[in-house]
Amino acid sequence: MADKYNAETIITETQKRISNAFDVFDHESNKTVDVREIGTIIRSLGCFPSEAELHDVIAELEEEEPTGFVRYEKFLPTVTKILLERKFRPIPEDLLLQAFEVLDQQKRGHLEPEELTKYLTQEGEPFTQEEMDEMLSAAVDPDKNVILYKDFVSMMTFDDSR
Amino acid sequence: MRAALLIQRWYRQYAARLEMRRRCTWNIFQSIEYSGQQDHIKLYNFFGYLMDHFTSASSQRNLVSQMFRESDMFQDVEWERQFCYKDIEVPDVYGGPHLSFPLTVSIVTELVDAFKNKQKLHARYVLQLLGKTWTLLRLMPNISHVCSCKHTEITICGDLHGHLEDLLLVFYKNGFPSAETPYVFNGDFVDRGKESMEILLVLFAFLLLYPLDVHLNRGNHEDHIVNLRYGFTKEVLGKYPVHGKMILKLLQKIFSCLPLATVIDQKVLILHGGISDKTDLNLIAKLDRRRFVSALRPLTRREADGDDEDVSAGRRRVQSLTHGLTGQSRQELPRHSVHSGSGLTGRSRQELHSGSGLTGRSRQELLSGSGLTGRSRQELHSGSGLTGRSRQELHSGSGLTGRSVDEELRERRRLAGLSLSSDSQLGSAEVLESDAEEWKQIVDVLWSDPMSQNGCVPNEVRGGGCYWGPDVTQEVLDRHKLKLLIRSHECKQEGYEFCHNGRVLTIFSASNYYDVGSNRGAYIRLGPDLIPHFKQFQASRSTRELTLRQSVGRTERSALQALRMQLFTHTSALIREFQEYDPQCTGVISVKHWAEAVEKVLRLSLPWRVLRAQLVTSTRDGTLNYQHWLNQLSVIQTHTEIANTSLLETLYKHHSNLESIFRMIDTDHSGLISLEEFHQTWRLLSSHLQTVISDEAIAELADSIDFNKDGSIDINEFMEAFRLVEQCRGVGEDEPAPQ
Repeated sequence: MADKYNAETIITETQKRISNAFDVFDHESNKTVDVREIGTIIRSLGCFPSEAELHDVIAELEEEEPTGFVRYEKFLPTVTKILLERKFRPIPEDLLLQAFEVLDQQKRGHLEPEELTKYLTQEGEPFTQEEMDEMLSAAVDPDKNVILYKDFVSMMTFDDSR
Repeated sequence: MRAALLIQRWYRQYAARLEMRRRCTWNIFQSIEYSGQQDHIKLYNFFGYLMDHFTSASSQRNLVSQMFRESDMFQDVEWERQFCYKDIEVPDVYGGPHLSFPLTVSIVTELVDAFKNKQKLHARYVLQLLGKTWTLLRLMPNISHVCSCKHTEITICGDLHGHLEDLLLVFYKNGFPSAETPYVFNGDFVDRGKESMEILLVLFAFLLLYPLDVHLNRGNHEDHIVNLRYGFTKEVLGKYPVHGKMILKLLQKIFSCLPLATVIDQKVLILHGGISDKTDLNLIAKLDRRRFVSALRPLTRREADGDDEDVSAGRRRVQSLTHGLTGQSRQELPRHSVHSGSGLTGRSRQELHSGSGLTGRSRQELLSGSGLTGRSRQELHSGSGLTGRSRQELHSGSGLTGRSVDEELRERRRLAGLSLSSDSQLGSAEVLESDAEEWKQIVDVLWSDPMSQNGCVPNEVRGGGCYWGPDVTQEVLDRHKLKLLIRSHECKQEGYEFCHNGRVLTIFSASNYYDVGSNRGAYIRLGPDLIPHFKQFQASRSTRELTLRQSVGRTERSALQALRMQLFTHTSALIREFQEYDPQCTGVISVKHWAEAVEKVLRLSLPWRVLRAQLVTSTRDGTLNYQHWLNQLSVIQTHTEIANTSLLETLYKHHSNLESIFRMIDTDHSGLISLEEFHQTWRLLSSHLQTVISDEAIAELADSIDFNKDGSIDINEFMEAFRLVEQCRGVGEDEPAPQ
């Protein structure tokens, strides 16, 4: 009995969160959001999908005849499932640090902006110039003009651990 | 490479969360701004109430007639004598800029430099400059026609709102106005920002220098009553304590002389707010724009007029004058969403008309939520835009159903609150009929907003003008053989935004409008091809140095502070609501209930659960102590010992309205009102609001505010008493900008 109550509560709470996040982007208040905002909404709910994974989700959410909008009726069940299944789990801090260390082949403890730019705009799922600029503005130590990735990672993960 | 993938995945999530916060912050500001604008409507209705309810016996009548005295009896020539600057001497010690006429490029450049260095122009020169501006503007037509053929490109700027820094930034990037660099400034030069006077002086100086190449359109803030509320009046009186009144009076004339629109190459229409389905440029071109001094001032009651009831009913229905008449389909009324491209499908009438930022609540609930009951709810209903149902009620109540469209229009116009100069008050019914039509044309141009849905409906959020849809854009533009409508009036995150299939363009030039980092400003360059090119900018050095994260954080903190103030003004209602969830009076409720209660009381449609983390810092196991939270929320810094906290709360809730009213009472702009006037005003306001505040309490309050006991209250001190201070600065100050 108690378990069932908890399960229901969790689902309701989850759905409330989804609904709130959805509403922020529902500009016309007609329970639709622009498909281009789906990534932002899902990520803000604590998911860490890759771009490819996101495209799959969007494909699932879109109408047969794509209108450019996603309706709440479709959004809610799909995303509820995603959250409850804990798909697209967060990336632990140490794993993130390792990723930076891999890029830092010479083990200097820092990365040059040009290096990081090269990796992130050419490899994996490349950043746009705008994304790269934004990240650099936060990451680059202004005195030394390098990215002290250890500090960067701990600063960013602390900042948002709410 | 997997490492790169991981970092990208992580960073994108982080950026998304930041975007979410930024969007929430934006929504907060807009919600509060638009719900604050509804105060305007209340104020307007309050004036109507005053007009209807003062009795000739009481001294209240003097107060009210004092407020509305419009001594427009002089002719222009006599006014010019009044505004004469020649007797004003400029002392030797004056270190500010000097003006001599006719102006030259170097004089104006020096003026701009002086303002850059925070200098102030002497009142003599101000009056001189304004006088010449007035003379020039009187000669201009209502609609300026500009040809781009002889120029390379025309520059168009949107709202500036006293942000001198933004104007200077535009000049820096784009060049000063000149014959080679013509400009159109699309209204709202003043209010909110602190350098509205300087902006006006600069714009007018360039106008005098290049009258054929600088075009100013009137905005809804070029209106002395709006200025009372939004800061311009205060700014002028603060900067020019001796001559401020004269300057304001002259500006009142100038504002009504500003042209209403600019048309480029017969193809591009530029005006401040927008259009309605009734917009007719030919009509606008022919009317006498100088008669329309303010959109917000009710007509003073003529002694000869009939029935009290009609007059008051008519006035309260002024809002509906902006649009339409019965017979309009009421199925699809828009809800003004926080991103201003409002519109919706298939909502029931019940849920509509809730104004910006509210979901699914009828206006009725909104009004009752703000502490009004019974009778006044009805009054405000009628004044501020109605759901279809109550509009029906009102009509049947005043016996107007069944009238023909024409009759109805005539009736309303007869009773309508218009702000016309006194010489036009007398006259035949025909005169009044055209007056009302012209008034509507102007208000629509200055106050309307686009919506994404088809149709054209009254804009209750603003209290004037319409929401108009893409079909109206097409019809109106095609009818006038125009290609594009450029307007301003709404803040946009990127400084500009297209809508209505690219035929309407909003341009907004005040960056950081809500707070540092909230939005960019932009301007347009338009060449002979009439294709707009945009330049964006953002003033404030400190923004550039802040990272995206820091600037989001900063704006967020401002928004949250504004939100806390809103919460504070609803303390009593919140407590009652919380207690519903806490029948055992433990003082503790769940976070979930907190969110529900807050949403219900505040009626701001915001993601409260998302915001909860920011607003409630001490929760335990998903619960919080609400009394403690409310106490912690803020502390009012006041010199007076006001034990009666609910009085304080009420005062605070209405303080901006109070301020507007006080400034209106203070007709000689001395900054002082007498105790008696204070008392009377407060009594009237509280009876209008149907709140119970005893005369003794008010008298006590008045007395405690009169610090030097000389029988008068300094308005500024009184308002100062309501600054809220955060009791616990949980979140620290802004982080220092990286070097």
